[in-house]
Amino acid sequence: MKTIRLYLSQNAGLLLAIGMFAVIYLTYVSMHPHYGMNVVTQNINETLALIFVSMAQTVPVLVGGLDLSVGPLMTLVNCFGSVVMAGTGGSIALGIIAALALGAAGGFFNGCIVVYGRIQPIIATLATGAIYIGLALFLRPTPGGNVNGDFSWAFTNDINELGLTYGWFDDAGIFGVIPIQFIILLLIIVVVWIPFRRSTLGRGCYAIGSAEGAAYMSGVRVNRSKLAAFTLGGFFAGCAGVYLTMQMGSGNADAPQAAEYTLRSIAAVVIGGTSLFGGTGGVIGTIFGAMVLRSISFIFRVVPEDSAFGFVASPLLQPLFEGIILLLAVSLGAARVFRVRNRLSLFT
Amino acid sequence: MPVDASAPVAVNEDAGAFLQMRGINKSYGGVHALSDVDFGCRLGSIHAVLGENGAGKSTLIKIIAGVVQPDTGEMELDGQPRRFTNPLEANAAGVVCIFQELSLMPDLSVADNIGITDPPRTRLGLIDERAQRRRAEELLARVGCDDIDPRERVRNLPLSRRQMVEIAKALGRKPRLLILDEATSALTSSDVEKVYAILRQLRDEGLALLYISHRMHEIEALADTCSVFRNGRHIETFAKGAHTDEEIVQLLIGRDLQNVYPPKPVRTEPPKPVLEVRNLTWPPVLKDISFTVGRGEIVGLGGLDGQGQRELLLALFGVLRGVSGNILVEGTPARIGSPAGAKSSRLRIALIPEDRKTEGLMLPMGVGENISMAALPMLTRGLVIDRSAEAEKIREAVARMRIKVDDLEAPVATLSGGNQQKVVIAKWLLTGARILLLNDPTRGIDVGTKQELYQLLRELADADTSILFYTTDYDELIGSCDRVLIVYDGEIVRELEGDDLTETNIVSSSLNLPVEQAAKAASA
Repeated sequence: MKTIRLYLSQNAGLLLAIGMFAVIYLTYVSMHPHYGMNVVTQNINETLALIFVSMAQTVPVLVGGLDLSVGPLMTLVNCFGSVVMAGTGGSIALGIIAALALGAAGGFFNGCIVVYGRIQPIIATLATGAIYIGLALFLRPTPGGNVNGDFSWAFTNDINELGLTYGWFDDAGIFGVIPIQFIILLLIIVVVWIPFRRSTLGRGCYAIGSAEGAAYMSGVRVNRSKLAAFTLGGFFAGCAGVYLTMQMGSGNADAPQAAEYTLRSIAAVVIGGTSLFGGTGGVIGTIFGAMVLRSISFIFRVVPEDSAFGFVASPLLQPLFEGIILLLAVSLGAARVFRVRNRLSLFT
Repeated sequence: MPVDASAPVAVNEDAGAFLQMRGINKSYGGVHALSDVDFGCRLGSIHAVLGENGAGKSTLIKIIAGVVQPDTGEMELDGQPRRFTNPLEANAAGVVCIFQELSLMPDLSVADNIGITDPPRTRLGLIDERAQRRRAEELLARVGCDDIDPRERVRNLPLSRRQMVEIAKALGRKPRLLILDEATSALTSSDVEKVYAILRQLRDEGLALLYISHRMHEIEALADTCSVFRNGRHIETFAKGAHTDEEIVQLLIGRDLQNVYPPKPVRTEPPKPVLEVRNLTWPPVLKDISFTVGRGEIVGLGGLDGQGQRELLLALFGVLRGVSGNILVEGTPARIGSPAGAKSSRLRIALIPEDRKTEGLMLPMGVGENISMAALPMLTRGLVIDRSAEAEKIREAVARMRIKVDDLEAPVATLSGGNQQKVVIAKWLLTGARILLLNDPTRGIDVGTKQELYQLLRELADADTSILFYTTDYDELIGSCDRVLIVYDGEIVRELEGDDLTETNIVSSSLNLPVEQAAKAASA
């Protein structure tokens, strides 16, 4: 009983995000005229890059800083990926590794500027973000690139398609309909996030976000943990870039898209229950936060235009309603203000 | 009374010293926090460090723990010359500190906090949550707190439990020298007994313990050796029982130069009350506080640091939520919901805050803009600020406070500490406050400015302002206040005025020693 109470109180943000996602997505499902596994695959295809970018945002936020370069870094990796992932077989694998390494390097660079330059993350990453977009434009002045089509198809569909494309197997049975994106996401959580969360470095990140002075006094290696946080953020941005490359088969140095992703990533982090002050939350909540954001847009596609609520589907009104729902979603997490007893503590 | 370290000492510190410091100097700006300090402590002993607020105790332990570096001087640990550049190095050498400001991360669980630097790991090098929780349970059991769930977040624990977690965390680091800085200040009495038992056991296991406390009876119960610090100097080290309580109080006070205070008015009858506080409570810090401040009266708030004085001032200024009790201004019940409400023309309360850099000034803004900030509602015509009236008021305030400034547009951050404090005071004088609350306003400012401030307070009082003045400097309480309320553990334990207002009485009351003892010390 105690265990359940503790779990509920310590994961309230995550559970809230899951609840919101369930409500919004089930509404979408109930309104969808031809819902099926192909729709699921399509939904996750549209969501996975945002999920990765939002994960990238989460880690710097945990140590108490915003990273405005996650979108641009994704774009840079996308453009770089469209160059190095153009071959077949082993060379694609090498290309992916190189692209992910570029993402991590970008994050590490951010971290160095924040830690050694002692510049606030939000402004340091505003500058580095511009640099990343600049490099992306240098690599891809115009959209282009030619990623192997088979590969692109195989990794953005379900398991059966993967088997068919490469002739590995015909039908994987009941598991065959699972979208491959689920597997990729699960793999990254299990292989990267959970070990990080349980390492001294990861623990240090939470400690810094919670109380940097106390962390220093407790002998936490503050600089090292901050560098790790930004590097891991860069790696996740790299994942987003690589996925985008596979999905589109090309690279596009699209600055407005990069900015859009950055802003949405912040919203996803907040909806996912990570405090912008740092110290609490994690990428699991953020994943649901990103899915909440995308589900809101999905709903507008399936609202029947002739129904009583048909007017909300108007493309002109959609941003307004999206904004209102987003405001409601983030407000749910801000209830802490009502419990503060010393108002001065609101400002620290 | 001996006044320097060369005086005869009752304990030979060099014999078997585990920690030995020689010639330590440390200054912050122009202020000497430690001057030429020699200090040592031995294994298997509990060593109490005594001193008034600002005597240099905290700086001493920060140097030992590697938080700050001394300007000059040497430190030896176990015979090896050492100098720690950060707390991590000190930990590695077996020096573990429990600081006054808790060093816990509120958003992490108890187990995570206890295992923060050196958690048990699995074969893969990851943190072994289960082993970590077991270790936390063992350590919590050792400090007699089996009731704390190691999975609970520290944020959700009451202060007294947090302090026990802090102690468990320190024990988990296998200290050889354990430093406790006011480590029992928030504990319940049953916890204090547990902590005493643990500390004695640790001493018997051969640890060196440095114990900093303001509570005299704790020192009697625990310490083997005592060292007295005053004004950054190591005054004397002696074995327990070598001095009586009264002698220790005298050592703590010393003989300082008196500051110059303006004469106090002689009253034939008590002044008409302006501020009346009845049964003010803000759990758990403030407990049933009642007092009055009369017209033109300067009432001091005394006592040790952190007994609730700050919270009392914040409560009167509308910063705290959930305050119960009544506040009457000129006989009318007042509901004070925010600083903006407190300064309104109805109440006219002003608070000179504790930390001028964060709560007193908008550092990047100009000197003039800072001065007029609180009085802007009075300087506004319609919707816009009346610039000429504002400039006039600012000029008056600068002249009255004798603020040394060339350019009123210059950022206030460019002024010296004393002048900055004058800007804060000028800001509130412009509001025409009738009740002035001061939260330790002389901290870190020079003697000259201090004297100007005492003068100003008396002038304001003579012009019918009622002043509630919290300061950690006992000398100031005696010199400038008509009456002094001593706060201990969130309650007013004594009110001193007239001939009773002596340093000995303040120190004794602050330590909440019994009344007869205070009287005896006063006659000694």
